[in-house]
Amino acid sequence: MSSSSPTEVKAAIRQFINESINIEALGDDDNLFESGIVNSLFAVQLTTFVEARFGIEVGMDDLDIENFKSINATAGFVARKTAGP
Amino acid sequence: MTFTTVGVVGVGNIGCGVVVDLLLHGIHAVGVDVSAAELDRARRELLKAVRFAPLLQKGAPRLTPEQAMARVTLTTDLEAVAGCQFIVENIPEDWSLKEPLYHRLDEIAPAGVYFGANTSCIPIGRIAAATHRPDRVVGMHFMNPVYLKPTVEVIRGAATSEATLVAVQELFGQLKKQAIVVGDKPGFVSNRISHLFMNEAASVLEDGLATAAQIDAIFKQCFGHKMGPLETADLIGLDTVVRSLDVLYDAFQDPKFRCCPLLRQMVAEGKCGVKSGRGFYHYPCA
Repeated sequence: MSSSSPTEVKAAIRQFINESINIEALGDDDNLFESGIVNSLFAVQLTTFVEARFGIEVGMDDLDIENFKSINATAGFVARKTAGP
Repeated sequence: MTFTTVGVVGVGNIGCGVVVDLLLHGIHAVGVDVSAAELDRARRELLKAVRFAPLLQKGAPRLTPEQAMARVTLTTDLEAVAGCQFIVENIPEDWSLKEPLYHRLDEIAPAGVYFGANTSCIPIGRIAAATHRPDRVVGMHFMNPVYLKPTVEVIRGAATSEATLVAVQELFGQLKKQAIVVGDKPGFVSNRISHLFMNEAASVLEDGLATAAQIDAIFKQCFGHKMGPLETADLIGLDTVVRSLDVLYDAFQDPKFRCCPLLRQMVAEGKCGVKSGRGFYHYPCA
């Protein structure tokens, strides 16, 4: 999955969030957790999804809510992890 | 008193959370359950919780699986809690299970050991009477997920001593938790009220007045709650919610606690909430 384009990555993340919480309008930079759209436990589901969907390992130091707070933040994290060393 | 080893009897949803909270705060936990399958599930759940703790709580320690497991003993042997200074019981809300368990714990644990009953609705006085140490039995109603919730509803039974409440405060000091001490009647404060919300929310959904997301949004966006009643029920486990409603109904004989048919039906269909992947919502990665 590391060959997904940034647009595909973003679309997949958006689709997962929509399927999970059924929200109508979610901006790419909307903070999922601060806005109360989801409770913080959703971060666990989102992290697990990112690992399974994009075949990346979220390491101990990656487990920071900043990496998963919005669609753009999550897509940026995936891009960094799949960019290679 | 400094607590170094605490027993956790019943490591299901909430018991596992208690184990996680203990080990994140450097206290050795002895977790007991009835089968190897339950212990395997608990091991997976607690490793997952320990892994994600730093994501959900700033300042939580980043422990490797090996470091975490070094602070936990998981066993089916109840006698393993004999060396614990405090025992927290979290088995299902069923008196036919709780009563014999407390008889056994009373035999196994030295007389000075405190029992914290993490019960949802069964009165602490009834549990205390099943032991020879009613003064050392106290209700400790932890909320889920335990390590993220800074406050615990503590129930003082008629016989619970002041010294026991002091011991609870000392344990909570180590866990960075606060207690709200309340009196002893079925459901105490939290569940007696919250289960009416959850039951009626399910009933509203059944009547087709609103979607689950809309019902929860009313609580979150209008009342300012962090979670709505249906997602809370999913998190607790719908089977547990139904059992608690049944206990409340039996205790008060008041029809307001009668369990909504939809809740019972969902449990019969295996839709028990987050832990089963399906409830009022879907949890694809649960």
